[in-house]
Parts: sequence; structure tokens; C-alpha cells
Amino acid sequence: MKGKTGASRSSKGSRALGSFGALLNKGAIPYIVSAALLILGTILVYLSPRSIPAFLLFLGAGALTYFLDMNRAVKLVAAVVVAVIIVPILGARNISYLEIIFQIAVFSALALGLNIVVGFSGILNFGYMAFYAVGAYLWGFFGSQQPYLLHAIPGTVPAGTPFFLAPDWFYLFLFAGIIVAAIVGLLLGLPVLRVRGDYLAIITLGFGEVVRQLLNNLDKPINLTNGPQGITPIQRPTMPNGLLALFNRLFEPLVGTPVTANQFYNIMFYLIAAIFVVLVIIVTHRFEDSKIGRAWAAIREDELAATAMGIPANRLKLEAFAVGASFAGAMGVLIAASRTFISPDSFSFLQSVSILTMVILGGIGSIPGVMIGAAVVILLNQQVLQSFSLFLAQLRQSDAVIPILNLHWKNLSNQLDPSKYQRLVFGIILIVMMIYRPMGILPATRRRRELKGDEARDEPQGPEDGADTNEADHG
Amino acid sequence: MAETDLILETKDVVKRFGGLTAVDKLSFSLEKGRIYSIIGPNGAGKTTFFNTLSGLSRPEEGEIRFEGRRIDGLRPERVMKLHMARTFQNIRLFGGMTVVENIMVGAYTRLRQNAVQTVLRTRAFKAEEKRAEARAEELMKYVGLEGIGNELAGSLPYGAQRRVEIARALASEPRLLLLDEPTAGMNPAETEEATGLVRRLRDELGITILLIEHDMRVVMSISERISVMDYGEKIAEGKPEEIASNPKVIEAYLGRRAAAASGGAQSARYSDAEESL
Repeated sequence: MKGKTGASRSSKGSRALGSFGALLNKGAIPYIVSAALLILGTILVYLSPRSIPAFLLFLGAGALTYFLDMNRAVKLVAAVVVAVIIVPILGARNISYLEIIFQIAVFSALALGLNIVVGFSGILNFGYMAFYAVGAYLWGFFGSQQPYLLHAIPGTVPAGTPFFLAPDWFYLFLFAGIIVAAIVGLLLGLPVLRVRGDYLAIITLGFGEVVRQLLNNLDKPINLTNGPQGITPIQRPTMPNGLLALFNRLFEPLVGTPVTANQFYNIMFYLIAAIFVVLVIIVTHRFEDSKIGRAWAAIREDELAATAMGIPANRLKLEAFAVGASFAGAMGVLIAASRTFISPDSFSFLQSVSILTMVILGGIGSIPGVMIGAAVVILLNQQVLQSFSLFLAQLRQSDAVIPILNLHWKNLSNQLDPSKYQRLVFGIILIVMMIYRPMGILPATRRRRELKGDEARDEPQGPEDGADTNEADHG
Repeated sequence: MAETDLILETKDVVKRFGGLTAVDKLSFSLEKGRIYSIIGPNGAGKTTFFNTLSGLSRPEEGEIRFEGRRIDGLRPERVMKLHMARTFQNIRLFGGMTVVENIMVGAYTRLRQNAVQTVLRTRAFKAEEKRAEARAEELMKYVGLEGIGNELAGSLPYGAQRRVEIARALASEPRLLLLDEPTAGMNPAETEEATGLVRRLRDELGITILLIEHDMRVVMSISERISVMDYGEKIAEGKPEEIASNPKVIEAYLGRRAAAASGGAQSARYSDAEESL
């Protein structure tokens, strides 16, 4: 028998890893394995900050640590050490990795938000990026000079225009983003009261486009969004006093060079995103295992039966929209500040689709699954495909020949550039997934409760169970 | 009879679908603590009538009173809050959720937690979840299912699914329970058990039972009163023995000639005839 408190988590882990996982999960093995991999990954990334395999090993070690059977406190400590110390140090040595981890964090939060709508309550939403855009433009507008440029010609900034708010309003706007996006979520949710299924999916698709077109065109009659050119510069919050100095005093020997303020901003935004992801995970998890979460699942399974059980389906769907949207709103505010530039292009339909891809690829309805989905999609997009393209480009410049085909790399078409075929690659991955693993990389599992009656299951089947199984064919 | 003894009363309820009148001026009353059956050939409008009672569809005309209160046109969640619950003819469990969760969904209207408490995991929230879980376990035991709380409801054998559905309805603490063909598709042994369970719900828990049933043995053995529906109308009402010998009922089930020939046919034969209809 497994330990009482860890039972639900550990069984999930071993299931995900299959029989190999069972081997890994014996006694002290998981501690040794994950510590060894984490340290190895860290050292490799530290020594060769540009090596992609090393970086993937490092991320994989982190993910593996989550899934192995270990004391929760140990995992927690490991997570904090990795997130707060190791990642910033490694990130300072190669800022592009920090950027990728930052994006994984942001998109995890987005995917978790979409997962509430799509995964928990079963409503397909193609316009999720709209909420992200709402958050981004909220801070983009108030955190820049834009409020003073309402009557200026789009794209021009009269000299000496001040910023509208002090930069530290950013922190307040993180929460404002939650509220405003939730309200917009409710607005989008209103059609839910009238249509369902495919029709609703089409409406959400339309909504996403409407928001994007509004952002594109609201530079006239008064210039709210600065049109397709986007808003820039957007303020970042001021750096807390002495934090950079402290970081440099502690870690400069490890990083090698003193970290500049600009680099440290990246670390700071990464940390804010990480904190947010933790909050989002907690909130999502708590919702999942509550009356509201059960009602969402019931609506997803059978709306009519849910209604007959006394669940006000419309209200709960609106709540799902609002909660999901609120995560995106906060992330939007964060991304506006970290990029200091936003334009309508960042919130396209394809972006909504790629978040949906993360959810489906990772495992619809499953919290760790969705995060893995986010990591896989980002890594494929930003790292694997691009470096593969780079690799092909290098080969093209060499004199190498493809064996068997007897084709010179030089003659390989320039069109064959994997980073241009992101969508194709994702399409193929999704098709393969739908055939062989339709529930995603890490399928959602219902929480196993520690019921008194369940102890009877551990013993051989009782006579009562036997009687029931005879009738299995009836349904 | 004093009005307070009636738990459910309908007056001239009409439900139409386009040109079809599925329920036609149906009036009946149900006393507290009874087991009452509605029978009738397929398509007689029984399930439609259940839908109007439980708020899933709104009757065009007429009145429905539950414990003296008008409930026609109320949304299902309101009706449920008033302590009326139902099951479905073609089992409608939440297949991807565990048995315990299914039953806990049934308690939806009885749980007081809100979104803020959920996010903060307050002490009240935890206590309520614990109570709901314990109650779900209790109900599982009551309907004769133990040790399957963590199974997915969709993976259970048929008979067990029916019982989970009843447990789910019970979780809402009903005073009136509408059962839509609770023994459909069961073998004789299971039917026997299900009948016993229905009787226990009334005897031990004091729940008034209104059921739709096709199996005449079940109907005749447990009902205290029976209504017969045909083409949306109530064509007869009475005690089981009165119904069994009512020529109108025989006609509805077997056709006019058969009714003339058989006179007071044995009740058990209806269920056979039902299949050929």
C-alpha cells in the first residue's frame, strides 16, 4: 500500500512513465536520479550556454523531478532552488534561454486558463487571445504616453510627452488585468446563453478577430491603440532598490560577468511570471476539486443531465469564461511591460490556435499535461525547429553529399526550412497524437479519493461485484 | 382530503411539440409517502410529462404544484432546490467522472461554497467537501455499491450505473423522486433488487416516489396507485387491481379486438405485449 498523502500524486507519476517509471520509483532511486540529472543538466548548461541538448536535458530533468515519487517537501525545495537560483544564474549567462523559460511560464498560464474553458467545461474557444490582448492593451494604454496622444496623428509623438502613470502602477494593473479580462470574458460568454457546440466555437473565433480588428482600427477617430503600428514604449516597473546589486554581489562569481539592469529586467519578469504560474496552478487545482469544478465537468459530460441535477449551466459557463480570461488578462499586462511594445499582430487567430494546441497536445483537462504541452510547443517553435533550420543552412554551405540519394546539400531547396513549417509540423504531431494518444501526452485523471469502502477492492472480488459484471453487456 | 397531504398536483397540463400534443390536459395528484406509477405505451408522453415536472421543459398550459407551490416554468435548478429529483430513462451519468463525483454533483444545490471560498480553501469549504464526500459514500452504501467510489461511472456495469443514478438523485435530498424506468434493461434478479431499493427509499427515507415503468410485474408489485397514459391523455387511474382489469387500458396496450377477446387479461401479459408494440 502506498503512503496516504502521496498516493494520488505518485500513482499519477508512475502511470505517466509506464513500467519504466515503476523501476525508477523504488526507494531512494528517484532522489538520486533526479538530483543527478538536475545537476548534470545545470552543469552542462552552465558550461556550454549555447548547447540546445544541454538545455533540453535541463528542462527534462526538471519535468522528471515533478513526476517521480518523492517527498513533496523535497520536490518543493528542489523547485524553489531551480526556479529562484539556478534558472536566473543560467539565464544571466544566456538570456535567450531565460526568454524561453519566461515564454513557457507565460504560455503555461495562458494554456491553463484556456484549459478551464476547453478542458474543464468543454467549451471550444478559438478567441482566447482576445483576453490576452485586453490585458496587454490595458497596460499598453495606461502604461505609455498613449492617453496624451488621443488626438495626435497616429505614429507621431510630440516631443516632451510625459508618461501617463508612474511605472509602479504596473503591479496594480496586474490585478486590474485580471478583473477587466474577466469582465470581457463575461461579455464573450453571453452568447453561451444562446448557442452551444460548434456554433459557439465559431462565435469565439469571430470574437477573437473582432478584438484584433478593433485594435487595428481604433487609431481613429481618437487614437486609442495606435493602430497596426502598436504602442511603444510601454513602461516597466521600477526595479526594487538594491535588488540588482544584491544579485550581482551573490552570483557574479557564478555568472562570470556583472548582470546589467536590462538583463536583470528579464530575470525579474521571469520571476513574476513564475510566481503567477504557481498561483494559477493553485487556483486551477482548487477549482477543479470543488463544487464548481465538478459542475463544469458535469456540463462537459452531459449538459442536460447536469441541468437536471440542479446546475445552472449558463452561470457556470460564464464563470468558466471569466476565470479562464482572467489568467490571460494578467499575462497580457505582464507581456506588455516586459516587451515594452505591443501590436495587434501578437494576438492573431494563429496564436489562439497554438494555445489550443498546447492544451490538446499536453492533455486536455490535465494541469501538468497542459504545462508540458506549453513547454513542448514553445521549445519546438523557438528552439528545435529553428536550430534544425540553422543546421540545414550550415549543411547547404558545405560540400557534403546526402548518401544514397547522391544529392548535394548545396542543391537543397531554400524552401525546405523547418522553421517555416511550424504549422505543418504541429499538424502532423497533432494528427499522430489523435491517432495514438488522443487524450494528450499526459491525460487528465480524476482525483482518487481515500474512501473507506475502497479498501474492500484490494481484496479478491467479492460475490457482489461478480453479480454485476455479468450484466456488463446490457448497456 | 386535506390539501397538505398532496406533495404534487397538476392541473390540465399541456405540452405541445409543433402540431403534436405530447401531454394533453393531464391532471393528477400525488399524496405524500406514496409509490405512484405512470404507465402507458411507448410515445404516450410519460417522459415528456416528467420533463415538465422537473423543469426541463415548460408546459404550454396548466399548473403544476409541488408542496402547494407553483413550479411550472421554474428552471430545473429551482425545482431541484425545492427537493424534487429525477433519474433518466437512458441512464445519464457523467461517464468521465468517478462514482463519488457523480454523487457529489447531485448534491450541487445543497452545497453552500462559493468561488471565493474555493480559491481560498477556507475551513468551511474543507469541512463541507468532507461532509459531501462522506455523504456520497453513505449513499453508495445505501444503494448497495461499495468500494467503487473511484471508478469512472462510465466503466460500471449497467445495473450499477442505474444505482449510481439513484444515489446521485438522493444526494440532492429529495422529498419527491421521479424515476424514469428504473428497471429497464435489467435481468430478473437485478429487477428484484431495484424494486426492493425503491420500496426502501419510501419506507426508510420517507421519499414519495413517482415512477414510469414498463415492467408490469414491477408496477403491479410496488405501486399503490397507477395512472395510465395514452396519446398524452390520462385514460385511467386507480389501484393496481383496478387498472389490470380496466378495458380501456387493455385496449390501449393490445388494440380494440384483443381487448374484446381477452377481457380481464392477466397483468403479467402486458409486459410481453409491450415488446411487440
